[in-house]
Amino acid sequence: MILHTLIDYDVLRLIWWALLGILLIAFALTDGFDLGTGMLLPFVGRTDVERRVVINTIGPVWEGNQVWLILGGGAIFAAWPPLYAVSFSSFYLAMFAILFALILRPVGFKYRSKRESTRWRTAWDWALFVGGLVPSLILGVAVGNVLLGVPFRLDGDLRIFYDGSFFGLLSPFALLCGLVSVAMLVTQGACWLVLKTSGQVAERARRYGSMAAFLTLLLFALGGIALWAWVDGYRITSTIDPLGPSNPLRKTAEIAAGAWFDNYAAHPWLMLAPAAGLAGSALALLLLRLRSEVGALLASSLAILGIILTVGVSIFPFLLPSSADPRASLTVWDASSSHLTLFIMLVAAGIFVPLIVAYTSWVYRVLWGKVDEAAVKDPGNHAY
Amino acid sequence: MDLDIVSLSRLQFALTALYHFLFVPLTLGLSVVIAIMETVYVMTGRKIWRQMTKFWGTLFGINFVLGVATGLVMEFQFGMNWSYYSHYVGDIFGAPLALEGLMAFFLEATFVGLFFFGWNKLSRVGHLVATWCVALGSNFSALWILIANGWMQNPVGSAFNPETMRMEVTDFFAVLTNPVAQAKFVHTVSAGYVTASVFVLGVSAWYLLKGRHIDVAKRSMTVAASFGLASALSVVVLGDESGYLSTEHQKMKLAAIEGMWETEPAPAPFTIVGIPDQQARETHYAVRVPAVMGLIGTRSLTTEIPGITTLVDHARERIGSGIVAFDALQRIRAAGSSAAIAPADRDAFEQHGGDLGYALLLKRYLDDPRQATPQQIDQAAWDTVPMVLPLFWSFRIMVGLGFFFILLMATFFILSARRRLDAHRWLLKVAVFAIPLPWIAAEMGWIVAEFGRQPWVIEGVLPTAAAVSDLGAGTVLLTILGFTALYTVLFIVEMSLMLRAIRKGVEPDPDPEVRLVAPHLSQRLTAQE
Repeated sequence: MILHTLIDYDVLRLIWWALLGILLIAFALTDGFDLGTGMLLPFVGRTDVERRVVINTIGPVWEGNQVWLILGGGAIFAAWPPLYAVSFSSFYLAMFAILFALILRPVGFKYRSKRESTRWRTAWDWALFVGGLVPSLILGVAVGNVLLGVPFRLDGDLRIFYDGSFFGLLSPFALLCGLVSVAMLVTQGACWLVLKTSGQVAERARRYGSMAAFLTLLLFALGGIALWAWVDGYRITSTIDPLGPSNPLRKTAEIAAGAWFDNYAAHPWLMLAPAAGLAGSALALLLLRLRSEVGALLASSLAILGIILTVGVSIFPFLLPSSADPRASLTVWDASSSHLTLFIMLVAAGIFVPLIVAYTSWVYRVLWGKVDEAAVKDPGNHAY
Repeated sequence: MDLDIVSLSRLQFALTALYHFLFVPLTLGLSVVIAIMETVYVMTGRKIWRQMTKFWGTLFGINFVLGVATGLVMEFQFGMNWSYYSHYVGDIFGAPLALEGLMAFFLEATFVGLFFFGWNKLSRVGHLVATWCVALGSNFSALWILIANGWMQNPVGSAFNPETMRMEVTDFFAVLTNPVAQAKFVHTVSAGYVTASVFVLGVSAWYLLKGRHIDVAKRSMTVAASFGLASALSVVVLGDESGYLSTEHQKMKLAAIEGMWETEPAPAPFTIVGIPDQQARETHYAVRVPAVMGLIGTRSLTTEIPGITTLVDHARERIGSGIVAFDALQRIRAAGSSAAIAPADRDAFEQHGGDLGYALLLKRYLDDPRQATPQQIDQAAWDTVPMVLPLFWSFRIMVGLGFFFILLMATFFILSARRRLDAHRWLLKVAVFAIPLPWIAAEMGWIVAEFGRQPWVIEGVLPTAAAVSDLGAGTVLLTILGFTALYTVLFIVEMSLMLRAIRKGVEPDPDPEVRLVAPHLSQRLTAQE
C-alpha cells in the first residue's frame, strides 16, 4: 500500500495523540457521569424507589458510555503499542482493581432490582458505589504517576522491566491527582442527576454537586501548585526525529525541575487548558446554584476537558516518562505504531467515530427528559 | 504445572477467556433469534411475537451483562500479562481490537439500551432497527476478534522490523482476508447460533413438559429448530478444520488432533478412539476408519496430511534457518545506521527472517540460540508438538456433540413441520437435558484451537514463553484467585437469576389481541364493538 504516505508519519503521530485525548475525554465526559452517579447513589437516593430513579437515569446509556474506555484501551493498543504494554503491565494490580470494580458495575445495574430483598439491593448499591469510586480514584492516581514518572526500564530487545510496586504508586501527589479525578467525576455525575431527576433526588444532587465542584476547583489548583513546587518534569536532551522508527532507546532524556512547564513558557496560549479546568469547575458551582441544569452539565464538562488537556499539554511530547531510565521514556515520536497502521486506523476512525457520535446523539435525544418515580414503577418500561 | 510466571499467565488467560466465552455464544445467537422474533411481530402485528421477544430478551439481558463485564478483562489483559506480546505484535494485533470497538461494541452497547428501555419511546420499526443493530454489533465483534485470533494462528501480511524490534503490518488486506480467520468466524458464529437454538429449544421444551406458556413455547421451538438446524449443519460443514492446512503449525495441530505420528498415504484414516502417548510417540488402542480424516482435513482424496514426525523434521530445519536469521539480526542491530549494514547480513535476514521465531524457541534452553547444540535443537523441534492427548479428546467430544446437535435440531424441525412438537415427552426431556451441551462443545473447541497453538503465541513468530510480562508469580497468583472468587460468585448469581426468570415465565400481555384476525381488521372490529 502506497496510499498511507499521503500523510506524513509525524503528522499521523500528532493526529493519534489528539485522537487518544479525544477518546479519553469522551470517556471521562460520558462514562464520567455514570461513575459519578454510582458514587452518589447511596447518598442522593434514600429510599429504594429513589435509588431506582438514580440508576435508571443511566440505565439505557452506561453500556455505550463504557465502550469509550474499551475503545480507549483498543486504540492505545493499536496506535501506541509500547504505551499499552508498559502502562498496563506496570500498573498491574491497579488495573486489576479497576477491572474488579468495573465488573461489579454492569452486574449491579442489571441484577440489583431483580429481587425484592432489601439486603440484596443494598449490597448491590454499595457494589455500584465501589464500581464508581475505585476506577475514578485509580485512574486519577495513574495520571499522577505519569506526571511523576514510572520506574520502568527497557532492554535492547525492548523487553519491559518494572522496578516499582503497587504501594509505590500511592505517593501524596498521586493521591492528590486521584482526589481531583474523584471530585471532577462526582461533579459530572451530580450535574447529570440534576438534569435527569426532579424533587428530593435532584435537590440532594445539587448540594453534593456544589461541594464537589468547589473541591474540584480547590484540588486542581492545589495540584498545579504541587506540580510547580515539588514535581520534577522530563525533557528530551537529544535531537528528535519525528519521522524516526518507534524505538524509545534511540534518544536521551533527563529529569529536570520545572520541565512540565516548558510548553506553557513556549506557547503561553496553552494556559487556556488549565484555565478551562478552573473556570469550568467555578462555572459548574455557580450554575448549580443558579439552577441552570443544562448549563451546569456543560460547565462541568468544560472542567473535565480542561483538566485532561492540562495533563496532555504539560507532558507533551512525553506519553509515559520513565523515572528509572529517562531515555526509555515513551514519547509521541518513538512509541507509536508503524506509519501504515496509524494511517489505516485513522481511516477507520474517520469513518466510524462520526457515525458513533451521530447514533449516540440520536439515542440520547430519544431518551431525553427526566426520569421520575412513575416511570420507574411502570412495568411497561422494563426499568432496572 | 509449575507455578512459574508463564504457566500462571497462561492459566489466568485460559480461565478468564473460557469464562468469558460462557456468555459470548448465547449473546451471539440469542440476539439474532430475538431479532427474528421481533421481525415476525412487526411484519404480522401478532402480539404474541412481541411477548416472545420480550421474554427471551430478559434472558438475553441477564447473560449479556456478564459478557460485557468479563470482556473488559480480555481487552486489558494483553497489556497486563503479555506485555512483550503487546509490544511485539501490537502493530498488527491491536488494529482489529480497536476496530472491534469502533464498529461493533458501540453499535451493540448503544442499541442494547434502547432495546430494553425503548419499547415505549420508539415506533415498532424503530425498535426493530435497534434490535437488529444489537445483533449486528455482537456478530461484528466476533468477526474482528476472530480476525485477531486468526492472525495468531496464521500471521500473514506482516514482517519483522529490526529497528523497532517488532512485527509490523505490510499488507492489512491480507490480515483481513486471512483464510484461517474467515473459517473461524463462520464456525464460531454458527456455534453461537446453535447454542442459542439449543437454549431456546430446551427452555421451551421444559414449558411444554410443565404445560405452561404453550403458545409461546411452540412458536419459540419452531424458530429455534429451523434456525438451529441450519446453524448446526453450518458448524460442521464449514468447520474450522478447513483452515488447518494453511500453515505448518495448523498442520501440526491437525496431526495432534488425529494422534497421527507418521504421515499416512492420502486420504488419511480417521482414528475414532485411542489413547495418544506423547512419550512413546504412538497412539494406543486406535480404532480407525479409512479415508475419513483426509476428507475432513483436506476436502480431497489425494492431498496428503503430514504426520507429527514429519512436521518435527520441518521444525528442525526451520530452527536452523532461524539461527541464521538471529545471527544476521544481531549484526544488523550492532551496525546502528542502515547504511552500515553489511549487504550479506541484509540478504541473510531477508531470506531467513521468516524463521526468526523458531530460533526464539531455543531461548528456553540457552540465552544465545547461536550456541545451541544439536541435542538442544532437537529438543526445541519436539517442543513444537502440542499436548496430543487433550487435543485428541477435546476434538472428539466437540465433533460428537456437533453431530448430536444436527440430529436434535432435525428431529424437532420435523416435529414442528408436522405440528407434533409435544407428541413425545421423552424427546422434550432430551431437549431440556441438552441445554448445557453447546457450552461444552464451544469450550472444547477453544481448547483445541488455543491449546493446540502451543508452544506458539503467534505461530512461527513468537513462542508463548517469551511473551509474558515481567511480573512476580505471587502477583499473578493473587489476581487469579481474585478473578476466580469474583467469577464464581457472579456465576452463581447469574445462574440463580436466569433460573428464576425462566421459572417466572412469560409475562402476560396487558392487552391481548383479538386472535386470528389481521391487525387492520381487528382494529375495525374493536371500533365496531
